[in-house]
Amino acid sequence: MLEDFFIRALIAGLGIAIVTGPLGCFVIWRRLSYFGDTLAHSALLGVTLAYTLEFNIAISVFIISSLIALILIDLQKRTNLPGDALLGLLAHSSLAVGLVVIGFLTFIRFDIMGLLFGDILAVTIEDIFIIWTGGPLILIILKLIWKSLFASTVNYELAEAEGLNPDRAKAIFTILMAGIIAISIKMVGLLLITGMLIIPAAMARNISSSPQMMVIYSVIGGLLSVILGLLTSLEFNTASGPSIIAAALFLFVLSLLKIKQSIKLKN
Amino acid sequence: MNSNQNILVKLKQASFRINNKWLVKDVSLQIEKGRIVTLIGPNGSGKSTTAKIALGIYKKIDGKVEKYTNKVGYVPQKISIDWTLPLRVRDFIILTENLKEEAINDALSLTGVIHLKDKNLGDLSGGEFQRVLLARAISKKPELLVLDEPVQGVDFTGEIALYELIKKISDELNCGILLISHDLHTVMSATDHVVCLNGHVCCSGSPLEVAKNNKYKALFGEQASQILSRYEHRHDHIHTNEGKIKKN
Repeated sequence: MLEDFFIRALIAGLGIAIVTGPLGCFVIWRRLSYFGDTLAHSALLGVTLAYTLEFNIAISVFIISSLIALILIDLQKRTNLPGDALLGLLAHSSLAVGLVVIGFLTFIRFDIMGLLFGDILAVTIEDIFIIWTGGPLILIILKLIWKSLFASTVNYELAEAEGLNPDRAKAIFTILMAGIIAISIKMVGLLLITGMLIIPAAMARNISSSPQMMVIYSVIGGLLSVILGLLTSLEFNTASGPSIIAAALFLFVLSLLKIKQSIKLKN
Repeated sequence: MNSNQNILVKLKQASFRINNKWLVKDVSLQIEKGRIVTLIGPNGSGKSTTAKIALGIYKKIDGKVEKYTNKVGYVPQKISIDWTLPLRVRDFIILTENLKEEAINDALSLTGVIHLKDKNLGDLSGGEFQRVLLARAISKKPELLVLDEPVQGVDFTGEIALYELIKKISDELNCGILLISHDLHTVMSATDHVVCLNGHVCCSGSPLEVAKNNKYKALFGEQASQILSRYEHRHDHIHTNEGKIKKN
């Protein structure tokens, strides 16, 4: 009935959705969607590196994305350029350099579309292993820094004054972002990873009144998007990434109806 | 037991600058358990800056800050909260420390906003929000409370009640309070020690001493001086070195 590759993709996708749920909430709360994009674009460089050196893609992407994050923090201190300009600079230049490097690697056959938009056929047992060890690890670390990260998201000075060390939490969160991008790139594709982070969380925001609720709905939304998206992908032979994101968008639109209702109730 | 064990924060000639402009210079003061230190001074005189130095928010300073407690409650003067965050009052109270339901209720009752517990933070009025801010700061039973204009936007009767509450908290929790207020009338009735700032420490001492100080008069005018001294008689007790209270 269901093909093996589909089961693998499903297990991998669900593992990713559980992690992108809570991380995505922070991406929205902290306004980091462009930051996510930048890290994701830089992932292409990581992928080419992995191919060149015959190295694991997830680990290579994780290293390159973390490196780009560090460069960004350094540039923020060194220059007077606004944050979004720096993000754009890093995002596009790392994407460009990645593509140029691919041009040189003529001896390797690249599935560019697969890299950009995800490929469920490509999910291996090894990928599942990486997702289901890396994912829970990301969640555990997020749980440990939760109080500090959340408090500093609400107000940096309160968190700092009351001894929660927000700078450390921010640095760790950046590494977690690089981590989720690394483990989800094969599945969702580097152009759409930020969508996987933001759209379920945005949907959750529409129907939640507390942070905990938003995280829970965001996870549920992500899981549903993966199931719906992969089924569509299987049925219509579409790329897995866009199908999952389109499913997430569908759920987001549904959540808008709920807002409309609650506004009506208020009036 | 020496008096040093009562010290919560000590600033020694603390100075802070941004882009070569000194915001405060050579500020020395100390906050002890059970005592209220009030900072007064005109706009831009470095009151909030001094508070942030004491709290450790500003770290690159000249001089020295010695902090002897980690149990801190802070009510900032300006707080920019992203209202798109789904945050209820109860979530905000436990922002920096998890508390039992009872402790949350107690703090909200004390500042008179228990009925707002499940409301969204973004739906509160300015005065209501200010009461929630104060409730949050006291809910964790801190050793050091830093209150930067804690009653701004609160109605007049509420203002008096909240200042009385601050005084009560200082006595009950035996915590040290650093208070910033522009309202000389109400503040002075509760203050043990006044530091008058104008970029540097202009003068300091008991409210009466400061009121009599010529530098203070020069800064605030003769009338303000009368306000300050008028409230002096309300002190019906003194604080000993151990942080205990002795009725006069």
